[in-house]
Amino acid sequence: MDKTVADLQVGEKGIIEQVCLNDIPLKLLEMGCMPGKEVEMVQIAPFKDPLYIIVNGSHIAIRKEIASIIKIETNENLCNIVKSK
Amino acid sequence: MQHSKIKVALVGNPNTGKTSLFNQLTGLNQKVGNYPGITVDKKQGKCNLSENVTATIIDLPGTYSINPNTIDESIVLETLINKENIDYPDVVLVVAEVANLKRNLFLFSQIKDLNIPTVLAINMSDQMERKGISIDINLLEKELKTDVVLISARKGIGIEKVKKALLQPKYKAEVPLAAYANRMDADYFAKVATALKNHSLYKAWLLITQCNDLSILPKQEQIAIEKLREDENKLAQLQHKETVLRYAKINDILKKTYKVDYQKATTLRARLDKILTHRIFGYIIFAAILMLIFQSVFDFAQIPMEYIDTSFAALSNWVKSKMAEGMFTSLLTEGIIPGIGGILIFIPQIVILFLFVAILEETGYMSRVVFLMDKIMRRFGMSGKSVVPLISGTACAIPAIMAARNISGLKERLITILVTPFTTCSARIPVYAIIIALVIPNERYYGFSLQGLTLMLLYLIGFTSAIISAYILNKILKVTNKSYFVIEMPNYKLPSIKNLGITILEKTKAFVFGAGKIILAISIILWFLASNGPSSSFGKANAIVEKEIKINGINLSEVQKQQKIASYKLKHSYIGILGKTIEPAIKPLGYDWKIGVALISSFAAREVFVGTLATIYSVENEEDTSGIKQRMQAEINPETGKKRFDFPTGMSLLVFYVFAMQCVSTLAIVKRETNTWKWPLYQLFGMTSLAYLLAFITYQVLS
Repeated sequence: MDKTVADLQVGEKGIIEQVCLNDIPLKLLEMGCMPGKEVEMVQIAPFKDPLYIIVNGSHIAIRKEIASIIKIETNENLCNIVKSK
Repeated sequence: MQHSKIKVALVGNPNTGKTSLFNQLTGLNQKVGNYPGITVDKKQGKCNLSENVTATIIDLPGTYSINPNTIDESIVLETLINKENIDYPDVVLVVAEVANLKRNLFLFSQIKDLNIPTVLAINMSDQMERKGISIDINLLEKELKTDVVLISARKGIGIEKVKKALLQPKYKAEVPLAAYANRMDADYFAKVATALKNHSLYKAWLLITQCNDLSILPKQEQIAIEKLREDENKLAQLQHKETVLRYAKINDILKKTYKVDYQKATTLRARLDKILTHRIFGYIIFAAILMLIFQSVFDFAQIPMEYIDTSFAALSNWVKSKMAEGMFTSLLTEGIIPGIGGILIFIPQIVILFLFVAILEETGYMSRVVFLMDKIMRRFGMSGKSVVPLISGTACAIPAIMAARNISGLKERLITILVTPFTTCSARIPVYAIIIALVIPNERYYGFSLQGLTLMLLYLIGFTSAIISAYILNKILKVTNKSYFVIEMPNYKLPSIKNLGITILEKTKAFVFGAGKIILAISIILWFLASNGPSSSFGKANAIVEKEIKINGINLSEVQKQQKIASYKLKHSYIGILGKTIEPAIKPLGYDWKIGVALISSFAAREVFVGTLATIYSVENEEDTSGIKQRMQAEINPETGKKRFDFPTGMSLLVFYVFAMQCVSTLAIVKRETNTWKWPLYQLFGMTSLAYLLAFITYQVLS
């Protein structure tokens, strides 16, 4: 299983995966949530959703469904695997 | 020297203090209008940049990117991309915040590429030291090729420097900040450049990716754009690349010019977040804040409201005593003065509610509420962002429904718009307040006022019905819903008194001149309907009553006789006839024809209910000098000999007002926001039938 932002525990950090730009919605990129940047989980809302993160200096909250498509930790081959699926 | 005028557009991310800067530059010299065709507020103000130059400052809606996600955000693009736009500025003033400079510069870099002279104001500079931030302004100016000014809008620091920079931007029309095109896809952009050679490359790119309405362009350009748009995947990829490249450039620049000592970075935000978004304390605090809001609306607003009520009754009597009797005096004392009183009486509550909503927004707490509530609201087909409309709905449904624009999901937004009118708006409060005062004893239990608790219960019923209807709508509505929920969690800050003051002033003004017009017009129409009637009965009132007295052989004093005539007149006026006609339909709810008249008139706006009763009773009994409450208290049901406003009738009325859709302005705004009459009509019939049914049950069970 690939690890995603949704899998982070409170206080835990990860790096958004380098490749596979298309997996992240443009709106998130514009808010500074982009590949190569560090993500920190600040708080998980009651009922485990949404998630409050700090990424690239931005404090933002996103829903779990989006968080679970943002893969973290670098692995350059992953994008191609996803695409061939 | 000649006096000249320039246009300045104010642009920035939300939460950067853009509004504070706007207020600093323009003071009270501002006005709110509308953009043609849509209901986005257009805030404009005047500012003297120097003795000879006046600037018109346009406060554009806050946005994170020039690529719009909502209607509000699209205004920014539309204003800045089209030179023919009446608001197309001579200079753009971009506001950034010192702690979020990186993300703020993203928007800046897009604006800069539009080739309009640009000034960058970095706000909250007074907090730099505390946050361990240092900026090399000279180098930053050179790198960004823009005037950069450090300001603190809240403390009024740097405002003069901003004015000076606007007057004479050092860097005028500029080459775009970075030529990304070649690094994105040289072949594609070569095609763009030839097909749209009359536009700069970046403008052409925005036309291709962002503009739905191309009608202002020549035909051949429209065709070229359609062709360049064909490969959607490619466009998306290019946009992604563009974003990454912009951030890469910004990072490079900031590395040279911007330093943060993270040791110094305050942990206050982290600590507050821990508590305010806590799974238990978070909700307790939120509930406590709501409770505080509702208690203050009922308790604090009470005193000024009674004062306004009795003052207008006294004014009416004073005018009457000073002026000769006649048509005009009657219009003034029974139509216009009570009508104006009926508008002004809302001001205390509106001020208190908007004050709280504005404080919650300004402090940054509202975002935490959105975060806490999102998952719960989603079960009912709404979004965490629906909390803002639902809370604002407690002031007025009109701005609340407009606030629903921030919700990016179509279905979530529609459901929020449809259920918001269930929340207890301030127009219902006068109705609630007067009926509660009449039927609920003024006692305290454990320090809580019983009347206050009843009001709280009504709010809860309103909120619960909003939630239940949302749940049902979520099940039956078939709307595809694809959206990305992203919300910024801004840093906490103390609200600025000036901003709060201006916000409240603006909203109150909008209410008084918007809804107020309807209320006043209806008051005058009602006065006319109540003081005129068919000549066969109304016109001969004196003769008929005197004849009746003679036949029955009763002895009446002159005052009693006059009262009898007045009462007869009202019964046979047009309004009396109208009320009588619907009496059979509303009798099962416990209402008589006078309440019926008030119900009919409040279909235009709820708050008219109290004013109508005031008009009816003052027409009926001109000698009475007491306020409306005393008059209603004294009203007797002739069939039972008991008070007209007894417990079952009072409760039935309260229930009716919780559910009924009685606001023309709201229906109009729903129509504008949803672009069809279908939804407002559903609201009107659905909510009003529900109100009738539940009021019927209430009355029958209680009586």
